[in-house]
Amino acid sequence: MLIFDADAWIICPIVFPLAASIFFFLSRRTGPVAAPVAALATGVSIIILLRQLLLFGPRHYYIGGWQAPLGITLRFDGPAVLMLAMTGLTGIGITLYARGYFSFRIAAPKRVGRHERQERFFWPLWMMLWAAMNGLFLSSDIFNLYVTMELVSIAAVALAALSGKPASQIAAIRYLLVSFLGSLSYLLGVVFLYKTYGILDLDMLQDIAGAAPGTRVALALITIGLLLKTALFPMHFWLPPAHANALAPVSAILSGLVVKGSFYLLFRFWFEVFSGAISIGALNMLGILGAGAILWGALQAMRQQRLKLLVAYSTVSQLGYLFIAFPLASLEGNMKVWGAVIFMAMAHACAKSAMFMAAGTIYLHIGHDRINELVGIRAYLPVTALAYAIAGVNLMGLPPSGGFIAKWLLLSASFNSMQWWWGVVVMVGSLLASVYVYRVVCQLFIIPEGYTIKKQYPRSHLLEWPAFTLALISLLLGLFAPYPLHILTIGSSNVATIIPGGPP
Amino acid sequence: MLTTAPAKYRRKRIDPLVVLVFFLLAGVTAMLGRTICIMPQQMPGLENEVARHLHNSGVASPVTAVLLNFRGYDTLLEVMVLFLAVLGVWSLTRATFVGYMGDVSPVQLAMVRLLAPFMFLVAAYLVWQGSHLAGGAFQGGAVLGGAGVLMLITDLPWLPMVPARPLRCGLALGPVVFLSVALGCLIWSGGFLVYPLQAAAFLLVLIEAACALSIGLTLAALFVGGRPYGELMEEQPYEGGSGQGDE
Amino acid sequence: MMSTNLLYSLTGLVLFALGLYALIVCSHLLRKILASNIMSSGVFLMLVSTAYRAGNGKIDPVPHAMVLTGIVVSVSATALALVLACRVQETSNVTLVREEYQHDTSGA
Repeated sequence: MLIFDADAWIICPIVFPLAASIFFFLSRRTGPVAAPVAALATGVSIIILLRQLLLFGPRHYYIGGWQAPLGITLRFDGPAVLMLAMTGLTGIGITLYARGYFSFRIAAPKRVGRHERQERFFWPLWMMLWAAMNGLFLSSDIFNLYVTMELVSIAAVALAALSGKPASQIAAIRYLLVSFLGSLSYLLGVVFLYKTYGILDLDMLQDIAGAAPGTRVALALITIGLLLKTALFPMHFWLPPAHANALAPVSAILSGLVVKGSFYLLFRFWFEVFSGAISIGALNMLGILGAGAILWGALQAMRQQRLKLLVAYSTVSQLGYLFIAFPLASLEGNMKVWGAVIFMAMAHACAKSAMFMAAGTIYLHIGHDRINELVGIRAYLPVTALAYAIAGVNLMGLPPSGGFIAKWLLLSASFNSMQWWWGVVVMVGSLLASVYVYRVVCQLFIIPEGYTIKKQYPRSHLLEWPAFTLALISLLLGLFAPYPLHILTIGSSNVATIIPGGPP
Repeated sequence: MLTTAPAKYRRKRIDPLVVLVFFLLAGVTAMLGRTICIMPQQMPGLENEVARHLHNSGVASPVTAVLLNFRGYDTLLEVMVLFLAVLGVWSLTRATFVGYMGDVSPVQLAMVRLLAPFMFLVAAYLVWQGSHLAGGAFQGGAVLGGAGVLMLITDLPWLPMVPARPLRCGLALGPVVFLSVALGCLIWSGGFLVYPLQAAAFLLVLIEAACALSIGLTLAALFVGGRPYGELMEEQPYEGGSGQGDE
Repeated sequence: MMSTNLLYSLTGLVLFALGLYALIVCSHLLRKILASNIMSSGVFLMLVSTAYRAGNGKIDPVPHAMVLTGIVVSVSATALALVLACRVQETSNVTLVREEYQHDTSGA
């Protein structure tokens, strides 16, 4: 009677980190040793899912064997698996980096006990967050999405407050209140949907959702909730302090992954489930906010004096590109825009986590992150400095990075659909990005005359190489562009079935 | 702090921003209310679906069937949310509250000694009743948590000495049992959370009992608001003397 | 009755709006947490009112289960928020940002 269904692999990316989280809570010493194993297992299960997708196409998995209106359905299709792959890749990198980070700090303690506490709770919290992120990408039930989002945000808040600094705790409680508000707004939208249609499954909603009065209100409420969590421009106020004051691996998680979760949902809601209920005006509104985010975030990033704040503001700016895609998707074929969005998200996840890791390594070695005093880092952290520079190339959108492909797709979509102004915003944003990237990179690579290395720390490979590898992946993503774009076409239902040529 | 407001606070000037927020919200609420009024009021939900499959769920109460069987995955994640709350709270701070809140009157002590065992019984009854009437793990767990809070504020002498390891295991019991049952189903009947029909009733009660215990402990632990002293004791022998903050 | 459902839904909506107003206007952290709780109560009231079925006494059990889940989620978030607020007050004493700011300006 022992059967193991091949379809059941779909729950593994959720169950592995979940089990790991409980295990790390129970046995406090195993975290550093077993976390890379758990991360690898999750990565392997995602690769198997990817292979299944290529072989069999998109699938649905009915949890508990109950079909759609009654039970909860998991589904994996192109976009979901690509987001899983993004999380897996970045997650493995962050796990390795966190190991190096904590062992470095425990080896050179300022206050005994503090780092042990942080490491002890980091592992279960991070694994829980990872499980919830995977659940969010796979779930196809609007109420289940609410629960996974809450799991993500509670874990994210606890992680953000983990450093124990007063600034990080103030930022964390603000983050908690904002994301609680966002969740409630989303839940109210769910209530309206359930009142109108009496079902919770996304695919079924997609079939029957029309322009009923309840639908628009629900979509508006859900959108506001998700925008708050994604930190789009006027609602971004909580993001920079929360991301900049956390521990370095936590900043990488929050900035690289967590904001992508709610954005992914938003995109699916707008272009799959409720594509019948949206209006051009609303799309342009989101595009304008995105343009505001690009410009404002970049300008703020240029003004910052601290490296981590600069990187955090650049997240605000980069998130704006994702929203530029909204008005473009309505006129141009969806394919290009889906491709641009997924590319942007993947490349940004790798590059931004690499940047935060590099910033954290620099902070650990010289004890501050004031940009104007960063000269000469290259002399003793060459790999980290290079990782920062490569990640910066991706943010600027120079070829062959993933960011370049994304921006190219956005640009061509905007000119093809005669909405050239969005293309102008993209170009101006890239120009501003190069300003704030060069500002730091110049400092890192200058070695003034007579410069001597003050203090030698033991080299930690785990601190340097994960960041470098992730940055390199984000750089080389552009060379392999057709492959993810091909995966994208497999799943999503309303994506045109044109298989794109190579990178332009 | 707020009770002793000086006179000048009472005569507050009205902030124009507050007025703006008020009218904006009033407008939005009116719009939402109008939408509710024009929406069809009696849409069929999922009650017919639930009724059709209830006999396959292993329990007689529809709410419990939805909670643990039809939408059991939601509940699994929800148990994880509670677990996560304890994790988050413990990661933030050590417990400062050890149960002592001034003098405990002998009446209170006697009452709690009488009440607590009774509350345990009620909790167990609620869990058992959940399979056919209203009740279940969360109701039982809430009563257990209430008993825990009562015992905490009564300063029972043995409470601060609860060792950390059994406490951790108790907190994780619900998540562990739920997750292992779900995975066991995967191996036994080929699907995640697909309970075998003949064992469904037993498995659901098992999950409910384990979750109720963990929920009760979780609520009491959240009330304490920090990790207990036994937790992390070996690793940080010096933190105790360094005051509250570990900034 | 048609109006029963409507009454509870509208009450829930008003609670949501009241909570939102307080969340925006009040500056004290504890009040903000309370306000968010009132908001969530409003949403739950609306959700549970959809379970009501006129006449035959049958109810829709799915919203009940959802509300139960939602309550647990909101309890967890509230617990974390309260402990975090306590920590914030211990380490930096900013729960009363606006009041203390007024104190300082009036004293100076």
